[in-house]
Parts: sequence; C-alpha cells; structure tokens
Amino acid sequence: MDHLVEIEGLVKTFGRTRALDGLELRVREGEVHGFLGPNGAGKSTTLRVLLGLLRADAGTVRLLGGDPWHDAARLHRRIAYVPGDVTLWPNLTGGETIDLLGRLRGGLDPQRRAELVATFELDLGKRGRAYSKGNRQKVALVAALASDADLLLLDEPTSGLDPLMESQFQRCIDRYRDGGGTVLLSSHILAEVESLCDRVSIVRAGRVVESGTLAELRHLTRTSVRAELDRPATDLARHPGVHDLVVEDHRVAFEVDTVQLGGVLEVLTGLGVRTLTSQPPTLEELFLRHYGDEVETEDQPA
Amino acid sequence: MTGLPVFLRAFARRDRWFVIGFVAGITLLYWSQAPGVDGIYTTRAAFEEAAAMMESNAAFIAMAGPPRALDTTGGQVAWQASAFGAVCAGLMSMFLVGRHTRAEEESGRDELMRSGAVSRRTPMTAALLMMLVANLLVGAGVAASLVAYGLAVAGAVALGVGVWATGAVFGAVALLAMQLTGSTRTAYGITGTVIGVSYALRAIGDVSGGTLSWLSPIGWYQAMHAYSGERWWPLLLLVAAAVVVVAAAYGAFDRRDFGAGLWHARPGPEQAGPGLQSALGLSWRLQRGSVLGWVVGMLLGGIAYGSIGDDVESLIGDSELSRDIFLGGAGALVDAFYATAALMVALIAAGFTVSSALRPREEEDSGRLEVLLATALPRRRWWAANVLITAGGSLVAVAAAGAGMGAGYALVTGDWSRVGQLTLATLVMLPGVLVLGAIGLLLVGVRPAWSVVGWLPLAFCAVVLLFGELLRFPDWVVDLSPFSHLGRYPAVDVPWGAVGVVLAVALALAGLALWAFERRDVVTR
Repeated sequence: MDHLVEIEGLVKTFGRTRALDGLELRVREGEVHGFLGPNGAGKSTTLRVLLGLLRADAGTVRLLGGDPWHDAARLHRRIAYVPGDVTLWPNLTGGETIDLLGRLRGGLDPQRRAELVATFELDLGKRGRAYSKGNRQKVALVAALASDADLLLLDEPTSGLDPLMESQFQRCIDRYRDGGGTVLLSSHILAEVESLCDRVSIVRAGRVVESGTLAELRHLTRTSVRAELDRPATDLARHPGVHDLVVEDHRVAFEVDTVQLGGVLEVLTGLGVRTLTSQPPTLEELFLRHYGDEVETEDQPA
Repeated sequence: MTGLPVFLRAFARRDRWFVIGFVAGITLLYWSQAPGVDGIYTTRAAFEEAAAMMESNAAFIAMAGPPRALDTTGGQVAWQASAFGAVCAGLMSMFLVGRHTRAEEESGRDELMRSGAVSRRTPMTAALLMMLVANLLVGAGVAASLVAYGLAVAGAVALGVGVWATGAVFGAVALLAMQLTGSTRTAYGITGTVIGVSYALRAIGDVSGGTLSWLSPIGWYQAMHAYSGERWWPLLLLVAAAVVVVAAAYGAFDRRDFGAGLWHARPGPEQAGPGLQSALGLSWRLQRGSVLGWVVGMLLGGIAYGSIGDDVESLIGDSELSRDIFLGGAGALVDAFYATAALMVALIAAGFTVSSALRPREEEDSGRLEVLLATALPRRRWWAANVLITAGGSLVAVAAAGAGMGAGYALVTGDWSRVGQLTLATLVMLPGVLVLGAIGLLLVGVRPAWSVVGWLPLAFCAVVLLFGELLRFPDWVVDLSPFSHLGRYPAVDVPWGAVGVVLAVALALAGLALWAFERRDVVTR
C-alpha cells in the first residue's frame, strides 16, 4: 500500500464553526509526516476524524485502506495514538494504564515496554492523579511506542516534556521509522518537525495550504544571500527573482527566489566572489509566509 | 486573612445558580406541605383521622421522623419536610465544600490561586463561609416562607435555624473528609455515608423508642420540636458538633501537604493484573469501590429497616381506627410496612444506578474515552461494559437491601422465613430502578451535556413516593413514576405482567441510548 492516510475534501463543522474546510492530506508508508499549524488550525480535529471519534461531514477519509468511522476497532489494531493533553485514570498506576491500553490494542512487547520505561525514566508505580503533565505524556508515549502499530498518530506529543526527554523522543521516532513504521506527527514546534519529518503539511483554518518535502517547500521560498565581490554588482537588480537588494560598495545582500538561485550564482561568479554566505529558508519562514498576514491582521483589528 | 473577599466574590459568582436552586427547592419542600395539608383536610375530623393513621404508620415514621402534633398544619410541615430538608441541605453543603476545596486542588487551579497574595487557609475558609451563607439562605427561605404562609413564627424559626445548623454540620463533615483523602470522589463518598447513617440512625431510633435518634444530627434537629412546643437546646448540639468538626478539619489541613490527603496514597503495582484485560475489567476497577460501598450500605440499611418491622404492631396501639384500616390484622400491617420499605430502599439504591449510568460521561469529558477508543476497543463494547456494571451493581444492591431487611427482621423476631420474601419484594422494584438508570444512559448517549438532568426522574419518583399519597397527586402524575406500576408486594401479589412491561421499557431506553451513542461524535476538548 502506498498511502496509509488519504484524506480528500474533508469538512467538519461544529455548530457554526467550520473546523475543517476541504482538507487534503496524504501520508505515505514509511515516512514521518509533519502536520504543522498553530492552535485551532484543525490538527486535532483531523486526527480525531482519522480515529473515528468524529464523523466527517463531507469528503473521503481512508485510514490503512479502510473507513475510520465504520471499521474503527479493526483498524485500531494497527495504529497507536498519543493525544496532546493526556488524562489518566486517577486511581490506576502508570504501569497499569500502559498494560491496559496495550492489551486493548491486542498486546504489547514487554521487552520494548521495559526499554521505553528506562529511556523515559518513568515511575510506573504512581497513581494517575499524582503524575505531572510531562509524566502523563510519557505514560501515553510508552503505551503507544511499545505497541506493534504500523502507524503512529501523535498529537503534539512532546508538550510538557523536558528537552532531554524530547531528544529521547526524537531518537525513538527515528528508530521506529527505521523499523518501517509510519508517523503522522501534529506539532507547532518547528524545530521538532524540521529534525524529524520527511514531509510536511501546513494547515491553516481547516485547509492544507502547503504540502511536500522540506526541500520542496524551501524551493517555493527565497534564500537569503550575502556576498563580497570584486566588482560592484550593478546589474543584479535586473536579474529575475532577486528582491530587497542592498548594495554597499562591493558588498551585496539580497533575497532570491530559490528557483532562480543557480542563475544568480552565475552572475555573482562573473563578478568575482570573495566571500559568500547563503541561508536556506527556515521552516519558520515557510510558516510565517502562510501565517504572516494573520499576525498582521491580529495587530490591527479591522 | 488576605484575599478572602476576592475568593468570596468569585465563589458567589460561580455558585449563584447552584445555591439559588437548592434554596428554592428546599424552601418549596417545606412551604408546599402547608397548603397541601390545608387543601386536603378541610374538616377537623378528617384531619384528626388522617393524623391518627399517620402516627401509627411505622413506614412513614421511619421515612420522616417522630410524629408530633400531626393534627396541626405546622406539625405536618415539620414532620414531613425536616428529615429530607436536612439531607438536601447536607448534600448542598457537601458539593459546595468539595468543589471549592479538594476539586480545585485536584484540578491544579488551587495552586494557581494560592500562588497569588493569599494566605494558606484563605480558600478553605472562603469555602466554609460560602457553605454557611448558603445554609443561612436556606434557613431564611424556609422560615420566611412559613411565616408568610401564616404559620407561627417560633416554629418557623426553629425549622429554619435547625436546617441551617444541620446543613452546617454536614458541611463541616465534608470539609474534614476533603482533608483526609486526596480524591474528591472518595471524600464525597465519606460525607454521603455520614449523611446516610445519620438518616438511618434516626429512622431506627424514631420507630424503636428514640435512643438512636440522639446519635444523629438530623435527630437533634427534629428534637427541636418545631410546632409542637419548641425547645432550643438541641441547637447547641448541632452548633457544637459543627465547631468541633471544623476545628478538626483545620487541624488536618495544617498537617497535610498540598495535593495530598492525611491518608497517604501508597504506590501501586507497576504492571496490570489479570483483571485489567478488557473494558469490563476497567469498568469494574473504576466502579468497584462505589459498588461495594453501596452494597454494604444497602445491606446495613436493610437490616436497620428490617429490625423495625416487629415494632409496627405495637405502634398501632389501641387505635381502633388504624385497626379498621388495616383489615387484615397485624400480619397484613407488617406486609404493608415492608411493601413501602421495599420501594423506599429501591429508590435509595437508584442513587447508585443513576450515578453509575452517568459515569461514562465523566470518562468522555476527561478525554480518557478518546484514548480508549483509539485502541481496538469498539464503542459498543465499552458502552456495554458500563451498562453491565450499572445493571449488575443495581441488582446486587437492591437484593442486598431486601435480604438485609429479612435478616433484620429475623434478628429481632428469630423468624427467618421473610428473607426470601423481602428479597423478592425489593427485586420486584428493580425494573423501576433500571428505568431511571436507562434514562441517564439515554441522556449520555444522545448528548452528554444533558446528563445532570438524569437525576430529575429519581427526584420525581421520590416526591411521588413521599408526598403523592399525602398530597393526593393526580393519578396521571403518580402513574409517570415506573414504581407506581410495580405493585406493593408483599401486601399484594406481584403484578408480573406490569413488572415485565417496566423491564421492557428499561431495555428499550437502554437500547436507544446505545443506538444514539454509536452514531454521534465523541465529545472532545
């Protein structure tokens, strides 16, 4: 099977709010797919539709080739889910919760469970009500990662984890992918997505506005270039794709559409390059490109 | 105490509808007796006849209190309303105290508030004051409404001040319970048990001579003899008890850590036992404490009720009138008593049924259901597991009450032959109990936000049982209660056909609930 998740034209409304508005999403087998967007963009709603917790109002949703609403229980044998805000049963211990969730999913690997518990330094004997937020998150992560799932659905899974645990989490996800697993990772932490994900979908107001590998997405934006040249760069301004050019004697700084980068470099070489720094767009810039106007309109309410 | 006014203002804002509801409800409970009684007994003779009958009815005495001056309007109000009024005020106090102390602490909000410029004891003191003020409003409402109706002031004040003080005692108990354990739910269980035991002690005491009634705050309240020669010193018992228990609560509060109870939670097993394999195992694990508590409580309550049965005959005394009414003689009188008692305990057991039927809502609201349903657990099986615990727990609780009544009767008389009969008598009421549970399920199945309404049918059935006969409700109102169709075994034969129909209604409602639940979105945050 090529795609483990296939969503087309998904619409979900809550009363008058249109939480998902024609969302498209494809997750290929064996990839870690970042699902990126700010709070309220529709990430959690999408995951809940995928889990069969919410019924789609319109559009088609396929999970592992099946219908998540009608075949929920059957499909769930092959997936594991970690919600963004984990609540545990107040009087069950962490260990009991992990085993219960594992058994309900059809079994979990005791060896892997033990390894994960050690990795995340989790105290299994505490009652649910006594865990801190980060530790509740760890309980859910161990329960999910110790399972034999083909697909992990993770909804902002590292919220509340300290940086050490976050890097442990990233290592676990890398290992999971190396073992052939597929991950849909919803997040608003750009660094996490940048270091973990093969492909990214950026969601905004219930729609995916950009989707592709990081390289592909970068291609759509501008690279910033600074150079010191032998001769003044007088013609550069006329070159297609160059923006915000600043020329100071022999020094230039500008932004260039990534597709035009090669041509611009030829021009620079012709002028004699002494030093050159070029910076690929960060995910943050990609993100801001889609949300920048929102920030502005928020600053100046209409 | 820094910050106290801020807290009080915030509490008053959060609680206003809750308190207004309870004040209106309890005031109505007292006040409505007066026009009700006056409307029915229009002649002196009719009033005295009815009073004589009530005085000799042990089931009524066990339900309401010691019969005094029942041939006066004031005496009727005090008799019929005071025990339930005290229980309602106790429940109001319990919930008020719980939601502002331990529940806030469990949610973490208390931590945030206490990080502000407030003294350590401020939130607790604010909760205590809020509880006292709410009870004061209840008392004022009761007294004012009765005076407005035209009843004597002294009796009205006695009923009002008494309900205030009794509510305060139970509120104090709740405040102490919240310090003992780290869980609001457990603390509610402890307080509810204290209220239940107080009610049961005075029930036994009132029927069998009065000694046990002196162990109960509700008994002290009724010992104030409102509208039958008021006396004020029992009020001192109530106030003293409240003060002592509040002092104990503050002592416990000062000795415990934030978030912890005085009783420390021990670490639990690091692996799940074999019981935690399935949805049913989980449901049982989550509800077993509640099920066991209710079963033991119903058994003990049944024993208490059963032990009264033998006194029923002596209560009739020489009243020719009562003897005429119960034509079948003493045996039939005992049967009639137990028929009412069976309905009474069934309604109490329905408290478990409704709370258990509404339990899935809590799982859903907290987000835990989301995690469960993300596993291979089908919705239907999770739902069925809850229903099974609710129905099974109800069955055992109701049967325990009946067996307890039989055992209580046997302990006093040495006659064990009634155990089977009385177990059957309560089991006949089970379909009615299950209808109440199924209504709760239906609300959760259709729209969980409506689930609080699930308590109303139980309240309605209780009102029909307690006042339907005395206040002569119209037939169609009485018939709305499923219990009205289940007969009065052992006084009359079991109407098996009707029992089957009520059971079918319960099953149909439960089926509808599942149907609706399978078709709706899971509520998410």
